[in-house]
Amino acid sequence: MTSTEITYAWAINHAMDEEMARDPRVVLFGQDVGRMGGVFGVTRNLFEKHGPERVRDVSIVEHFVVGGAVGAALGGLRPIAEVQFADFLLVAGDESFHKLPKWRYMHGGAFTIPVVIRAPSGIQGGVGAEHSQSPEGHYWHTPGLKIAVPSTPADAKGLLKSAIRDDDPVIFFETRRLYRVKGLVSDDPELLVPFGQASVRREGTDLTVVAWAGMVPEVLAAAEMLAAEGLSIEVIDPRTLVPFDWETVAASVRKTSRLLIVHEAPLTMGPGAEIASRAADELFVELDAPVRRLAGPDVPIPQNMALEQFCFPQVPEIVAAARELIRW
Amino acid sequence: MTANPHAHEHVLLQMLRIREFENRVQSLFSDGLVKGSTHLANGQEAVAVGMAFALHPGDPVLCTYRGHHHTIARGLPLESAFAEILGRATGCCGGKGGSMHLTDKSLALMGSYAIIGSHIPIAVGAAWASTLTHDGAVTCCIFGDGTTTIGSFHEALNLAAVWRLPIVFICENNLYSEYTAIGDVVPIEHPAADRAGAYGLDRIVIDGNDVEAVKEAVSLARERASAGRGPSLIEALTYRHGGHSRADPGDYRPREEVELWLSRDPISKYADRHEVSTQRLEQLGAEARDEVDRALRKALAAPAPAAEALLSNVWSEESS
Ligand SMILES: Cc1ncc(C[n+]2csc(CCOP(=O)(O)OP(=O)(O)O)c2C)c(N)n1
Ligand SMILES: [Mg+2]
Repeated sequence: MTSTEITYAWAINHAMDEEMARDPRVVLFGQDVGRMGGVFGVTRNLFEKHGPERVRDVSIVEHFVVGGAVGAALGGLRPIAEVQFADFLLVAGDESFHKLPKWRYMHGGAFTIPVVIRAPSGIQGGVGAEHSQSPEGHYWHTPGLKIAVPSTPADAKGLLKSAIRDDDPVIFFETRRLYRVKGLVSDDPELLVPFGQASVRREGTDLTVVAWAGMVPEVLAAAEMLAAEGLSIEVIDPRTLVPFDWETVAASVRKTSRLLIVHEAPLTMGPGAEIASRAADELFVELDAPVRRLAGPDVPIPQNMALEQFCFPQVPEIVAAARELIRW
Repeated sequence: MTANPHAHEHVLLQMLRIREFENRVQSLFSDGLVKGSTHLANGQEAVAVGMAFALHPGDPVLCTYRGHHHTIARGLPLESAFAEILGRATGCCGGKGGSMHLTDKSLALMGSYAIIGSHIPIAVGAAWASTLTHDGAVTCCIFGDGTTTIGSFHEALNLAAVWRLPIVFICENNLYSEYTAIGDVVPIEHPAADRAGAYGLDRIVIDGNDVEAVKEAVSLARERASAGRGPSLIEALTYRHGGHSRADPGDYRPREEVELWLSRDPISKYADRHEVSTQRLEQLGAEARDEVDRALRKALAAPAPAAEALLSNVWSEESS
């Protein structure tokens, strides 16, 4: 099967298009996803191809976008719901923290909820405190949700296809900064990227760095610079946080004896804390240096771009932290 | 409901089963056998029974945390309901849901909830699904008067109306939102019906203690929905005989009001209309009590969930 170089946004579009063609139960809805093709153009052509019944614009109804997806799933569909920004998902707090993850459990397993919520997230430049967050940690703290955090076009497509075919609810975080990044993506409609399988983006022996979504390119750039200094960095992209491929991380730390976690979400109680804690617990004897986290600072994200740039770890910071850990 | 000479006894019996069930739950709660909370529906039986007679099998129903009457009227076996409320493994949710989450997928009871209004978007989603799967079902969504003030009510109603979805909304207006009189917190007399016009829907207010009126209104709404003419919002006036939940005596309500509504009891009202003798009503009551007691004995004999049950049912594949 051939591969084509397409953008991350287009890879997501293809995943939806192929799955809608494959399974008539797959439907898509959200604000402006229809005729307009999405505020970021991610759903372009789907309305024309799959029709107004299956690709639906909604009014400003975040409660409905998530709650209605649960109901549509109960009614036998496999809905993909789009919120324009991950920040808006918090408006549907009850629906995303209660209904989506708990409807199955609190009814004793009677129902399956095959819902995908697509949530564009992360800092993209000047849109301020309510359009820039990376809230994956909130959802990781909620039992019953699967979480995908793709960092490449190929993974975006393959993971979204897996998410759509999954019988459990998935929050699918798309990194807006990556929408225009291109990469080779398979045209094979049956090529899925399984959940719970990390990808080793770069092999190395001196330090393990775990990063996902928009931080992967930054970490890879840092690793490249460090290689010039003779330092060998292993970069692991978990691709999904739930399920989390701990085995791949642990195997890498056993080899490198050092672990750095890099994420965009704020440091305190961030997803990195969970990974660091588990490493301290299970890999204590393997470690030759403290487990370190680099993350966004504990502040709301300011609109001013000169300030905003300090709201996620930058390449020089990653380089410095890596050096320090390796020389520990 | 009236074609068969014994049909009205069947209707009465359904209401009596619910009444006796609720009475038993209250005593189980007082005896410390039911933990947590319960929200009883004594006095509101006619809404549930009328609704259940009007719906078709397979019509999805989403009801509330005050939902014993809805689920029993829809056919939930009493033993399964008791076992769930008692937290037993044989309960309809395996003991994980309790009083507020009674359900039975095989009866198209699609779940109930404990966050006010949150089932309304879910119900609208289910109704949307019917337009794509063409299963011919009409979804029914029940909620209270207090629920009309939360946002999800308005979001869901708006979209259901715009999309002309096959759904019937029933507002059980029992005049109270917990301990607050609804008149103190909404600027209109009929919290649901007076807002129907905002969504292009008809203003429908019915006597929710008249089981026949409920059945008729829901049947009409169902017909309308299945003919593709969109949703209806029915406000059914009713009253809870007891308090909001647990041991609440409900004494924030004026005595005259309580007495007025006790005199409008849906069971006596229906029995009177159909000239059922006091003696016959007594017999039917005893029949219902017997059935309730038998179900309760079985539920009480059932085991608690095994410890391993704690971790199951989070994911569709248990290994996840
Ligand atoms: C979002 C939310 N807020 C508050 C509550 C607490 N609460 C439980 S029942 C209830 C009253 C609801 O009144 P109504 O809709 O009239 O239903 P009723 O209990 O009378 O059947 C409230 C406020 C809740 N469960 N969820
Ligand atoms: Mg009420």
